[in-house]
Amino acid sequence: MVGLLVLAAVLAVLPLLLILGTLIVKGAGSINLGFFTRMPVPAGETGGGVAHAIVGTLMIVGTACLIGLPIGIGAGIFAAEWPASKIAMITRFIADVLNGTPSIVVGVFAWTWIVAKQGHFSGLAGSAALAVLMTPMVMRTTEEMIKLVPNSLREAALALGYPRWRTCLLVVVRTCLPGIVTGALLAVARIAGETAPLLFTALGSQYMSSNIQQPMAALPLVVFTYATGPYPEWHRLAWATALVLILVVLILSVAARLATRSRFDGPR
Amino acid sequence: MVPAEARRPRVETQGLTAFYGTLAAVKNASLAFAPNQVHALIGPSGCGKSTFLRSVNRMHEETPGGRVTGLVALDGADVYAPKVSLRRLRRRVGMVFQKPTPFPTMSIHDNVAAGLRLNRKLSRTQLGETVEQALTVAGLWDEVKDRLHGSAIALSGGQQQRLCIARTIAPAPDVILLDEPTASLDPQGTQRIEELLFGLKERFTIIIVTHNMQQAARVSDTTSFFYLGEVVETGATRQIFTSPREQKTEAYVTGRFG
Repeated sequence: MVGLLVLAAVLAVLPLLLILGTLIVKGAGSINLGFFTRMPVPAGETGGGVAHAIVGTLMIVGTACLIGLPIGIGAGIFAAEWPASKIAMITRFIADVLNGTPSIVVGVFAWTWIVAKQGHFSGLAGSAALAVLMTPMVMRTTEEMIKLVPNSLREAALALGYPRWRTCLLVVVRTCLPGIVTGALLAVARIAGETAPLLFTALGSQYMSSNIQQPMAALPLVVFTYATGPYPEWHRLAWATALVLILVVLILSVAARLATRSRFDGPR
Repeated sequence: MVPAEARRPRVETQGLTAFYGTLAAVKNASLAFAPNQVHALIGPSGCGKSTFLRSVNRMHEETPGGRVTGLVALDGADVYAPKVSLRRLRRRVGMVFQKPTPFPTMSIHDNVAAGLRLNRKLSRTQLGETVEQALTVAGLWDEVKDRLHGSAIALSGGQQQRLCIARTIAPAPDVILLDEPTASLDPQGTQRIEELLFGLKERFTIIIVTHNMQQAARVSDTTSFFYLGEVVETGATRQIFTSPREQKTEAYVTGRFG
């Protein structure tokens, strides 16, 4: 029985190890300083980098976070503190439906409402699509984390005379902040790798652009374009870009862990 | 002769009925609590003694469906009057719970300062002095003075509960409500808290809910016996335990039920 469980555990992590291994074997060789700092070169030439896509991903995902995190965390706090209210129940239901919506549907939605209306593709439309994807995830994890805070802590703060909202922010949210940040980070990691919604919105670009109102490159779009292209040089870049994408997610996770470590952790 | 002021009850209830939804957990309770005494509320589980206690600082209404009728007065003023500020009421009526509830993200110092910071702007020095005083009165200062900025949840259960008492007394309330404060502690921790109560009553009016009749007999000046939401009998602790007037009280204090 224990053997079966161990087998299941090994099978669960095996794909991750295989993916990482393949990416390192095929992509690590192409990664050098130029890969991060240089622009793509015309097809047929070797070398070149994905600086434009790194900047694009940071801007698109950063803007998505600016929209999605406050709304998601706020809605999660509300749903956890007033669980029986009508608004909370409706919001929770809609969030669950949105969580199960395929990302390509959200992409089409953003295309209809932003790209088609504006008449051009833009990074901002991509951010909006990604924000729609991340908000329900962040809301539900925030809500679950707040529900884990024992009610006795809430009562202790109320009994000291703290008003409800201060109790919530100073005691409840602070107590489960590491959990909320972890949830937010998982959502960031998830949307950073989304490709389908960006195909309809940010479109991709061969040029460096810091104007979020214009089409923008993004790492997953680069992987998509290069991997489906005809040149071996492009395939090489696609592997390397995929590896960078995974590493960005990994670095974000580790950074958040360090940032939210309780100041009382470690030896006592 | 005792001045009239001293004889006036600090906390008084008249016809207090407390509901959870439509269920009355406390029925028509009229009690008076004199200043600078320890008052024990005893009775079997579910008899309404905790609900009664939570009605005094209006914590009962924080429970979904919680609602009260009747009067609760603090120094003669109705605490359920519309203009009463919950913050001010709860600064004057502190509460300690069954399980120790230090705030896990705050240091020992910040836990004790939590109630102070809410109510007054204090300088760092004043804050430090008040924290030290509160910890000293709670009998915890010597144990924590070298790690005031360390974690509050690294303390033992008994220490955590004394920390919560320090946090409660730091804003200098008039009344302290204790809801089975020793129920989760070992005998030593229980003994420390009981010893504390004798000192505390010199400065505060104390109402303690307890499951433990020996505890009520040891620490309190007056005792009220609750049964099925009603106050069966109230009086001097010695009288309740040695010559109760009601049969139910006698049955309970002699351990025949509950």
